[in-house]
Amino acid sequence: MLNQKIKNHTLNNGLEIITEKMDAVRSAAIALSIPAGGCYEPSGKNGVASLLSDLMLRGAGDYDSRALSVAFDNLGVQYHLSPGWHQLTFSAATLADRLPEMLKLVSDVFLRPHLEQKSFEMCKIGREQTLRSIEDEPRQKLMIELRRRTYSPPWNRPSEGSLQDLPEIDLQDVRSHFEQCSVPAGAILGIAGDINAGQIVSHCEELFKDWAGDAPRLSRGTEPKPASNHIEHDSTQTQIGIAYRAVPYRDPDYYRAWTAVNILSGGMSSRLFTKVREERGLCYAIGASLNTLKEEARILCYAGTTNDRAQETLEVTINELKNIDQGVTESELQRCQVRAKSALIMQEESTMARASSLVRDWFHLGRIRTLQEVREQIESVRAEDVLAYARQYPASNLNVLTIGPQPLQVEEPV
Amino acid sequence: MKFEQDRLANGLKIVAELNSKVHSVAFGFFVRTGSRDETDQLSGVSHFLEHMVFKGTDKYSAEDVNRIFDEVGAHYNASTSEEVTLFYAAVLPEYLPVAFEMFSSILYPSLRDDNFKMEKQVILEEIGMYDDMPSFTAYEKLMQVHFAGHPLSRSILGTVESITALKAEQMRAYHESHYLAGNMTLVVAGNVEWSTIVDLSNRYCSHWPAGETARDTSEAHPTGGTLVLPKQGVIQEHIAQMSPAPPSASPLRFAADVLTTIVGDDANSRLYWELVASGRAEAAELSYNDYDGSSGYMTYLTCNPEDVKENLDAISRIYEDVNKNGVTAQELEQTKNKIASRIVLRSERPMGRLSALGNNWIYRKEYRSVQDDLDTLQSLTLQDIDDLLQQYPLGQLSTVAIGPLESLPE
Repeated sequence: MLNQKIKNHTLNNGLEIITEKMDAVRSAAIALSIPAGGCYEPSGKNGVASLLSDLMLRGAGDYDSRALSVAFDNLGVQYHLSPGWHQLTFSAATLADRLPEMLKLVSDVFLRPHLEQKSFEMCKIGREQTLRSIEDEPRQKLMIELRRRTYSPPWNRPSEGSLQDLPEIDLQDVRSHFEQCSVPAGAILGIAGDINAGQIVSHCEELFKDWAGDAPRLSRGTEPKPASNHIEHDSTQTQIGIAYRAVPYRDPDYYRAWTAVNILSGGMSSRLFTKVREERGLCYAIGASLNTLKEEARILCYAGTTNDRAQETLEVTINELKNIDQGVTESELQRCQVRAKSALIMQEESTMARASSLVRDWFHLGRIRTLQEVREQIESVRAEDVLAYARQYPASNLNVLTIGPQPLQVEEPV
Repeated sequence: MKFEQDRLANGLKIVAELNSKVHSVAFGFFVRTGSRDETDQLSGVSHFLEHMVFKGTDKYSAEDVNRIFDEVGAHYNASTSEEVTLFYAAVLPEYLPVAFEMFSSILYPSLRDDNFKMEKQVILEEIGMYDDMPSFTAYEKLMQVHFAGHPLSRSILGTVESITALKAEQMRAYHESHYLAGNMTLVVAGNVEWSTIVDLSNRYCSHWPAGETARDTSEAHPTGGTLVLPKQGVIQEHIAQMSPAPPSASPLRFAADVLTTIVGDDANSRLYWELVASGRAEAAELSYNDYDGSSGYMTYLTCNPEDVKENLDAISRIYEDVNKNGVTAQELEQTKNKIASRIVLRSERPMGRLSALGNNWIYRKEYRSVQDDLDTLQSLTLQDIDDLLQQYPLGQLSTVAIGPLESLPE
């Protein structure tokens, strides 16, 4: 496996910088993450984080909105700023020799955004358009609404915002969110690619030395949780979502959970794909994934199927989710391990994937898991470990949500 | 980086870009069949066949196929377009022989009746899924309206009716007549020796039937049209428009790529600043969709239904201005930087090179390195953009709208 060249460095103000020098690439990528996600939004103002991420790119430092875009384009930077449940993260990549100039622009965005009224008005109308378009994509809407039902506030807030709260948000809300949350304490900067780590850290020290502020407080999250398990929609297919408890990334059992989910849904030989699609032809799209917050996690499962076959699809799917505690085969374990090995090695071909992974590890663990360590962890999981895990965290107390013309019967066998 | 190419006696074309510095190797079989090669009765057969390939052969059952690809950790899949069915995988070099043998075997599947019947259900589900996605439906209907009477108008998925009526023997006959070595190109990129590729293709592909099918690639002469599809439960209006652009073999294609990025990229383009940044539309984009013999500039707009007229008029004004005055030197330079960086970043992974290598060979019988593409891009001038606009001005000839509106405002 690869010998990764990873270093970390904490600035005096708390900003954590992690670098990875990669061979055989010409690019460099960064991910800069600040504690400004949905869990820091005031109750009743869901959408503040997404509006901030829209607005931060509408002018910063010496650049107005258009000049900032032009400056990024001239450096050939591919970038996006996205709000998450915990953090708000800027991801970007360009050719490695342009990294210092790119970081200068990034420091403007995080330290000196204009956050002006005129731009705010446009962002707010644009945000409303985005949220309306989600209403037209039932599959996307399903996952948002499923999260809303399975987690509790403030963790269940849609990172995209909501049409209900949007009218309540003004520029002052977004500015306060920025002031409280764009801070170096809790901020993580991951840099990966064809870089000189020492030089780039010194450069960042200079760029971010005036950044100050303490970590923000979590929002109390007093809003009610929706209870309904069906949303009526005039569609050809019924969208089915199922959620249940799992362990988060930082948990010692994480790779047991990861293995269980991969046996269910990793690759085309996985159980859900085989039993629901290949053997019964019930759907085109089906899958399950491990959705992890810092302290808790869920398995989120999705299937889309035409309305008259939806009931059968739901039953077969739940049955497979439950059955994993009946045993897993050596061949299933083996496939998980080889798939993991390939994916980990191929991650080393993408600077963007590595930069994100550095930030994710630091956020969840406060350290970096090397690809070698991940591989060893996965290879150490035995069949009995998966069973023990599945019995401790069974597919029960399910949150089931459907979107379609008719609700389904959800019966949980004892 | 080294380029190699060969052609087997049965007509299979092989192109490879070898790079020992990367960790993986990607390969793809580009089969020259898609919806444009079908008839009304066979509508959707190419895409259905793409699914059936994974159902296996007499030697490998469907379960074996899925299991063996997963056993070597392959990142693999397939896709079907109007003109190409592509089967591709990225693997670690030590697993290439297994993944290669598997793909080259299943390209000649058994096409058993029971598999056919089961997979038909999956295809019908896929049609159902896309039916609930207005952006996809808008594209499919736009191709129908814009290329009416031309093979490019055909639906990739087919319809519920054509798929339901399709028989296994029709599919077998279609497979026999189209999966000929002369219709196929094997494209390889990444960490592998050329001798390995030669050995594998000789061993697993040399017995494939020779032959090639003809395809009518005469340029379409669209006359335009408008189709409004009111849809219950959809709250935004989704609009797609098309007008003629240079075909995929035309030297004007580089300019077309740059022009559409200047005018309609998803960020920092003319459409973006006028319509998206201002909050007037959720999306307003222009792309260059190139096909064999005929291509299209495609406009895509999503917005509140009441703003459709104003937004379409704004797009018309932008296109008229570009057609009359061209673009600025500054826009051209900025966009070159943007595209150059995209090319380099995408090319760092072997998988990111497959489609460029394949398309250059299939459509133009040429190899272009990343550096060739960068050089051509840098050499483009304002005169090149003007020449393009002279022959292929931007336009909104054909229109499809899906959403709450019953008709488009005059």
